[in-house]
Amino acid sequence: MNLHDLTALPSPILRLTDIRRSYGVGTPIETEVLHGISLTLQQAEFVALKGPSGSGKSTLLNIIGLLERQTSGTLEIAGQFTGSLDDTALTQLRGATIGFVFQFHHLLPAFTALENVLLPSIIAHGTATVKAEAMGRELLARVGLKGAEYKRPGELSGGMQQRVAIARALALQPRLILADEPTGNLDSVSADEVFTLLRQFNRDHGSACLIVTHDPRMAARCDRIIELVDGRLTPPAATLDVKPAGA
Amino acid sequence: MPFELLVALRFLREGRMQSVLILAGVTGGVAVIIFLTQLINQLQSTIIDRVMGSQAHVVIRPLEELTQRVIAPGADRAVAAVVQPRDQRLRSVDQWERVAALAAATHGVLAVSPVVSGPAFAARGNSNKSVALLGVQPDAYRRVVRMDDYMTRGRFDVAGTGALIGTDLAQDLGVTVGDKLRVTSASGRSETLDITGLFDMGNRDLNRRWVFVTLKLAQTLLDLPGGVSNIDLTVKDLFSANQVADALRAQTGLTVDSWMQTNSGLLNALSNQTVSNNLIRSFVIIIVALGISSVLVVSVVQKQREIGILRAMGAGRRRIMTVFLLQGGLVGLVGSAFGSALAFILLVVFSRVFKSPDGSSLFSAQLDPMLVVLASVVACGVGLAAAAIPARSAARMDPVQAIRS
Repeated sequence: MNLHDLTALPSPILRLTDIRRSYGVGTPIETEVLHGISLTLQQAEFVALKGPSGSGKSTLLNIIGLLERQTSGTLEIAGQFTGSLDDTALTQLRGATIGFVFQFHHLLPAFTALENVLLPSIIAHGTATVKAEAMGRELLARVGLKGAEYKRPGELSGGMQQRVAIARALALQPRLILADEPTGNLDSVSADEVFTLLRQFNRDHGSACLIVTHDPRMAARCDRIIELVDGRLTPPAATLDVKPAGA
Repeated sequence: MPFELLVALRFLREGRMQSVLILAGVTGGVAVIIFLTQLINQLQSTIIDRVMGSQAHVVIRPLEELTQRVIAPGADRAVAAVVQPRDQRLRSVDQWERVAALAAATHGVLAVSPVVSGPAFAARGNSNKSVALLGVQPDAYRRVVRMDDYMTRGRFDVAGTGALIGTDLAQDLGVTVGDKLRVTSASGRSETLDITGLFDMGNRDLNRRWVFVTLKLAQTLLDLPGGVSNIDLTVKDLFSANQVADALRAQTGLTVDSWMQTNSGLLNALSNQTVSNNLIRSFVIIIVALGISSVLVVSVVQKQREIGILRAMGAGRRRIMTVFLLQGGLVGLVGSAFGSALAFILLVVFSRVFKSPDGSSLFSAQLDPMLVVLASVVACGVGLAAAAIPARSAARMDPVQAIRS
């Protein structure tokens, strides 16, 4: 555990300062898709990220998820500045801190539902411990998939698959959950279930959550909404920084 | 089960048809290599065995007699002369006991047998056959040529006027064990021999010509009192015969021939066979490697998304690379197990189908464990090497691109 956990003041789980991202750097078609994003996410905060397609939401999420590097600006996750970390350290930080929920569930078709949920802990610890397996079963039960442990993703409906994906994202009890349109391709009932699950986990475990969503009803149920338009945040991040955690 | 192995196994299982195909490729390759190597090794050793069955590995003989010039040509003087080669008499190896002792003490020599051999006539009634008289010490000679295996009647042993003759000579002369045979040497000495045994060397010419008697009797008949015409040696390692011959030649100054010199044609044929076998093996290995590589390259492209997800969940580049390397190694391992089994089946089938003229198998259906281990190690190595390029491209894959695709 790092020093921040020991201090009295809750430090933000995520702090972005003037993040810029350009593609095709050094070529005539150089384009900047993120124009100086500054954003802070407090621990246990549940934030919706809105924005029209092409506004740079996925890029921003990938940068926060350490899947992609920013062109300039600093990124601080769980008190750690990522600028100086090499690929191995980034992979480690990502595995230990962040849980992903992708738009298209992205389960591994060769593995059962339970194995998919266990994968993060297998990756982290080399093998699935008894404890991890019990935890995995409990998570599947909590997302309402008791009895589907040994089913392959192909045998589950879209909503069920997305719930497995959420269970997987939560397997290591990450302090930050990044969800890219987790309900995008689900019917409204499933979408509601999935969203409720995320919200519940956020309340129970204090994991911060950043959800990309187009659904205004979902956005309304979040602690706050930020909007990305043409690579800029509205309203500007500075005004949001003061909001206390868990409100 | 470790993460990398688990994922590698699942990926292989998921890729059904592809996995079956590369596995079949490796199986076939390993089977061909093992089968071919085993077949050629066994055939070669059978051939060598047959050739060496009636030959000594190394033979020591006296030097050939040369014509000495009385007047040697020099820088200031040319000599016009017709130099005739001298006729070669049957002579003894000079101080053969010492030479034999020296040979026996030479590194790599297993057995030493002094032999007196020379031409003679065998006569019975009106029939008269030209034979080769071989005076031997049976106990020494049976360690040079495995005469015991060739005896059809009696034992390989001679004493007094006892003699052993080939089955064909016995037939030609109408004699058998217990009969008498008169032998006259070229110098006119003769003796009546008692036939005590018959042998079949598997070579009609030898069966017709060879007559074994005691060393002493042959010495008397061939006019070589106390002498031997050649000393036969057996060496430990068949293919070190040349070195042994070279060493003895240098030490004794006598004529020393190894079987490798007297059978250079056969040896050439065998080494050509080995070269072509190596060539075939190399091509098989290359083709199998290309097969594994191409299937894994396709697999990496197909698994882009999975690779991206695994990376997003915290699996580093190295581990992704290991997953694909393992797939290559596993295919090599399993393929070599199947391949060894297939090779064994092929050997059994072939050993039943192909027989030598006398009905015995040309080779036995047995697998050399060292060969299997070696083939498996090579197959795993080739699998790993073939997986290296796909594994690198998998490890280099950008997770964002991989997930989006």
